Amino acid sequence: MESVLVYGTINSIIFALNAIGFSLVYGVSRVPNFAHGSIYVLAGFVAWSLVNDLGLPYPLAVAIALAFSAVIGWGIHRLVLRRLRGLPTSEIIASFAVGLIILEGLRLQGIGGFKGFIGPNYVLKPFVDGKIEVLGVFVDSQRLLVVGVGLVLAPVLWAFTHHTRLGLSLRAVAQDEQAAMMLGVHSDRSALIAMVLGSALAGLAAVLVLPLGNVTCEVGYQVLIYALAVCIVGGLGNWAGTVLASFLLGFAMKVSTHWFGAVWESVVLVGTIILVLLVKPSGLLGKQKELEERV
Amino acid sequence: MAAGVLLEARGVTKFFGGVRAVRDLDFSLGQGEVLGVIGPNGAGKTTLVNILTGFVRPDRGRVVFRGKDITGLPPHKIANRGLARTFQGMRPYPGLPTYKNLVVPLNSPRVRKTAAGRFGDLDSVALDLLEEVGFERDSSVPYKTADSLPLGYQKRLELARCIALRPEVILCDEVFSGLSMAEISSMLPLLEKLLSRGIALILVEHRLRELFRITRRVLVMRFGEKIAEGPPREVLGRPEVTAAFIGRGSPP
Amino acid sequence: MSTRKLRKRRVDRGIHVRTRGLYALSSYREMAYLLAPRLFLLVGLLGLPPALDLYGQRVLCAAAVFAMPALAFDFLAEYVGLVCLGGALFIGFGGYAAGFLNARLGLSPVLTIPLGTLAGACLSTLVILPCLRLRGVYFAMVTFMIPLFARHVIVALGLLGSTEGITGLDTLPDPLIEIYVILAAVLASLFALRRLVNEDLGLILRGIKENDQAVAASGISILRYRVLAVFIASCIGCFAGAYLAHLYGWLGLSLFAMDFSILPIAAAVMGGTGTLAGPVVGAFLLTSLSEALRGFGQLRVVLYCLVLLAFILYKPEGLLKVLERKYQQFERREEV
Repeated sequence: MESVLVYGTINSIIFALNAIGFSLVYGVSRVPNFAHGSIYVLAGFVAWSLVNDLGLPYPLAVAIALAFSAVIGWGIHRLVLRRLRGLPTSEIIASFAVGLIILEGLRLQGIGGFKGFIGPNYVLKPFVDGKIEVLGVFVDSQRLLVVGVGLVLAPVLWAFTHHTRLGLSLRAVAQDEQAAMMLGVHSDRSALIAMVLGSALAGLAAVLVLPLGNVTCEVGYQVLIYALAVCIVGGLGNWAGTVLASFLLGFAMKVSTHWFGAVWESVVLVGTIILVLLVKPSGLLGKQKELEERV
Repeated sequence: MAAGVLLEARGVTKFFGGVRAVRDLDFSLGQGEVLGVIGPNGAGKTTLVNILTGFVRPDRGRVVFRGKDITGLPPHKIANRGLARTFQGMRPYPGLPTYKNLVVPLNSPRVRKTAAGRFGDLDSVALDLLEEVGFERDSSVPYKTADSLPLGYQKRLELARCIALRPEVILCDEVFSGLSMAEISSMLPLLEKLLSRGIALILVEHRLRELFRITRRVLVMRFGEKIAEGPPREVLGRPEVTAAFIGRGSPP
Repeated sequence: MSTRKLRKRRVDRGIHVRTRGLYALSSYREMAYLLAPRLFLLVGLLGLPPALDLYGQRVLCAAAVFAMPALAFDFLAEYVGLVCLGGALFIGFGGYAAGFLNARLGLSPVLTIPLGTLAGACLSTLVILPCLRLRGVYFAMVTFMIPLFARHVIVALGLLGSTEGITGLDTLPDPLIEIYVILAAVLASLFALRRLVNEDLGLILRGIKENDQAVAASGISILRYRVLAVFIASCIGCFAGAYLAHLYGWLGLSLFAMDFSILPIAAAVMGGTGTLAGPVVGAFLLTSLSEALRGFGQLRVVLYCLVLLAFILYKPEGLLKVLERKYQQFERREEV
């Protein structure tokens, strides 16, 4: 019972970390960033390469990986998404294509000496080794680190979006783009900033969570699915809903693993999504934009 | 004219986040009546129209149409019961010829239940409707794409879209906006024709002079509340109404 | 010293102007001008198979199979406003349905393909249904997830052969029959959709895409029409899946592969979204291209995505519109 509680909480925070980047980008620029999962994997891959191929010290590699993911986000927005602003169909297709290029491209092997991601042997070392006992359950320190970062990140993000000029301008654009533009907020630039931040958050999630498992391309798809699931259940663009949904789904999946076995996880995930779509389509907390949400 | 109450709002209230868009609004509309709704910008008029037609669900209060509670019903169901509306930002379907724009309402369950005739006849029904609202029948205008029409014609198309539903009430959201006085004058007979057919009208307007030529009852809104209701002259004489329009006072 | 500035100007060809309106019937030349592109497509497609060797026929088959979900995607994206990122779900559901009917119930392909199409379409529509009340972006997200989930669910529940799939399904009797069946299906779907989008149903769907509030205020239930549109698109996509199961003689998790999701989208963008014929052309081109680059294996998906991005950024109107323009207008450089 305690293990369910502990691992459920950890899982929920992982979900939240995964989803917050996606939710941010969508909330501000109304573009669903289907490349989210690929940026995640890319960050992990970069960190791994820096450590294993270039022999850089681990913290430095992580920092570079974070910066790299932000740059990738900038690149995607500047080169692809900016040209398509205002064309929702094209934006969706383009971000999907970019995501696939990165994810499938990482599978390649042997092109110009590039070693792709085939095989399960790509592991990032955790930051901290060892186990600590929490509520009678032994938990990896890395997992606790994830929880710690998550708990610190939440108030930091809250403070950012509620008390800094930049954060407030992002929130303004998220609420009402036209009104924000009238008040002098540059909506294209806000979209860019959101994309950069969202990608950096994806990278952060990657370097924290990937050490708990392997770095593979499937992880990219999985992360994207989890992010989408959290956003659907919590309400697109609604950050409080994202957190709530992370906990709901995080616990639901751990509970189902405990009771039915790991193989039923996807079924539970699907079931929750369908249930929410049928009962409260805009998401658990998505009731603000009624005119736009429901058709 | 029968004095049965057709449409009623009771205590309708809507909050958007912290902003109170509509507060405790009551009014009633009888068959064949015209009600004008006026007020400064931001008074909540369009929100009220959205609530009445099902696009926004009120937080409190009820909307009753022909004796049945329609609060919270989806827009298409409300339209099928006979409550039609125009749109302020008024966008005809681009790329389609004007008369094809009417295909949509003519395919609604309401029309299909009452109108006899095969699908092939819809085109001539559409052309008849356009003629009723003032498009010259044998000209090329009904065949032009809707977004190439001048504004006056587009407004008439909007009304035609409503009339196609054979409604009992039409809610016109600023249908006079952007038109010249001459254009409005030529539109008033159309509205009167609708009234004579027994269709009740609610006209949300800014153009007061033209509005008062057709309506005998006016409801004034300010900051989401109804501050006056009655015949135009009387209502305009009240100090709180003048203050609302000139801008003295702040939201409670 | 003067610099000559030249500007491109496009002028309608004389014959294009003459064929607008009733004058098209005035002479055989005008009628031929109008009919030529359609005849070219028809005759070209139908006349090609006997001229190809077995390998070429296989490629043509595969291309035609991809053309169906490409059509479905274009219809949904441009005429209904729903971007389907998971075309593989149609192929998968159609394939599994037909395969199930054949392997477990012993029905012959003549029955399983149509029944599999219908069953797959019903299943697809049911699964997509919950998100149809919401904005288009939810549709994109949900359809993206469905093929990936379907794989997990099939493995988790051990359904229908799980990871190994089911082999030994009946195949169609003759290679020529095989190919003509799918070509006929593609052409029929293309012309049917073309007709549909100008009928009342199509106009309502286009209205929903442009201005859904006005449609709702006109008394039309948006949910109902979207369900109808998804069902139609599913039928087209699931037919391809059902056919595929009998083409290869087996079904497995690979029916839900990402290839089937991304190639139709790339084909539609390349050929020209909204034209309905463009995705078909794009499918044929892309499939041939990917066959030519066979040696690259996994690179295929990256290739499709690169082509897609290139077109969407630099030539969003697509190949078909460019060809159409060349056919209808000629360019001249003039002085400014």
